[in-house]
Amino acid sequence: MSANTSASANANANGSLSNTITIERLNKSYADHKPGSIHYIIKDIDLVIKGGEFFVLLGPSGCGKSTLLNIIAGFVSKSGGNLRVGDEEICKPGRERAVVFQQADSSLFPWLTVRQNVEFGLKMKKMPKEQRRVISDRFIRLVGLFGHENKFPRELSGGMKQRVQLARVLANDPAILLMDEPFGALDAMTRRTMQKELSQIWQETNKTVIFVTHDIQEALLLGGRIAVMSHGPNARITDIYDVPMDYPRDASLPQFQALHRTIQSHFDAELEGGLHP
Amino acid sequence: MTRSLLHNKWFTVPVLWLFAIFAWQIGAWIYGPEIIPGPVATWKGAQELLEDGSLVKYIGVSFYRVFLGWALGSLLAIPLGLIIGKVTAIRVFAEPFLNFIRFIPPIAFITLFLVWFGIGEQSKIALIMYATLFIVMMNTLTGVLSVEEDKIRSARSMGASEWQILVHVVIPATTPYIFTGIRLAMGTSYMAIIGAEMIAANEGVGFLIWNSRLFFRTDWIFVGLISLGLMGFLTDRLVGWIGRKALYRYGVISSAPIRR
Repeated sequence: MSANTSASANANANGSLSNTITIERLNKSYADHKPGSIHYIIKDIDLVIKGGEFFVLLGPSGCGKSTLLNIIAGFVSKSGGNLRVGDEEICKPGRERAVVFQQADSSLFPWLTVRQNVEFGLKMKKMPKEQRRVISDRFIRLVGLFGHENKFPRELSGGMKQRVQLARVLANDPAILLMDEPFGALDAMTRRTMQKELSQIWQETNKTVIFVTHDIQEALLLGGRIAVMSHGPNARITDIYDVPMDYPRDASLPQFQALHRTIQSHFDAELEGGLHP
Repeated sequence: MTRSLLHNKWFTVPVLWLFAIFAWQIGAWIYGPEIIPGPVATWKGAQELLEDGSLVKYIGVSFYRVFLGWALGSLLAIPLGLIIGKVTAIRVFAEPFLNFIRFIPPIAFITLFLVWFGIGEQSKIALIMYATLFIVMMNTLTGVLSVEEDKIRSARSMGASEWQILVHVVIPATTPYIFTGIRLAMGTSYMAIIGAEMIAANEGVGFLIWNSRLFFRTDWIFVGLISLGLMGFLTDRLVGWIGRKALYRYGVISSAPIRR
């Protein structure tokens, strides 16, 4: 418990104005075969995400929400606009922005044990072994993998692999967690457990989280604010919903269901608009 | 009862071999020892070669050439494959060239290598190196290109430098491909060395097979062929075993059919 308190104290220091993510008129485009015509994947995105916030990007598959996340991660270069964390312009990956990928199998290192995976970032920083062990112990416990330290990823279930990914990035003490549909490949029951634990871990560590999903219920269970993206190409953020509910959230509450319906009808309207332009 | 017996390798393998030896013996009875020496005649021929020490020496010489050329070739091929795979600018130029030259079988180079390196050991070892080089290089290259982007991205966002990504992500992820390459290269190396020893050598299993025709010793030819089979089988099992033991965590798995 004392480990958790110190973690949250640590993160509170991070959760200041210095890691506010500011996005202004952000574009990602590619040139078409015909000269002169430009296709936008995402167009004119404006967002301010405050430090310590749980922010959800919600949109249909292929709308460009992953593209936006990859630009924030620094994996994909933007075509125009501004992107800052604090005062710093972002153009390449950085330690302060950790990424949790959808596919644990392609992002975890199968030749390393759970502990070695969790310690990877610390080892790259050349931290001494004893110190690494203390930190990896703390985060392996935090994600509930105590007793599985010496297993290899192939020996774990899908949910446990995603826990390893989470512990692996948390061990580097990033200010921002970028999560690209991390529970999309899990079965419904495991997904529900992981959602609960993620919101718990978020509350304990107070990181800024940007969470990409196409599942309205998941967005409502997790997000403090939900940005709804329109269908690509030329994807934009059409609306931002506040979710003024306490955690853990109950999907059967009338308030929850009302918001669910509102967002659902938003998508339905857009779909109709798309069919009859 | 019969089902479980058929699935027991301690039953099926000896039965198979007994059958093969029996068929061999029938062939010997039909065609006579000059064309097909039977198991007993071959064993007697092997005894002759064992007694004067030449068989052990020839096997040793062939194995030494294969091992040295194969090890040197792999040591050269792995870094080359990594560089070609990692540096796009080099790959663009290297790949068409590689795809041209790798279709030239090693044996086709024997005469050229004799001119270049002389009739001594160097030409044979150079030939094995050549036989190994392209297989290991192409496999390493394929491995590097198959490393999942997510792995590299996650390492990069955890603060790894490009050099650390190479050492801690690309090489471990490529290890199964490299291993497959060096294991396949072992096979081609045996093919290449026998060809080289037939054409230009005074020692080795290839020389034994080729030279035995002068004395019409078909039994010695059989001894040479069986030795080759055993040498290849044993080294492949050894390499496979080492791979499983040492490289298990990298995902190198057994391809031995018996374990299935």
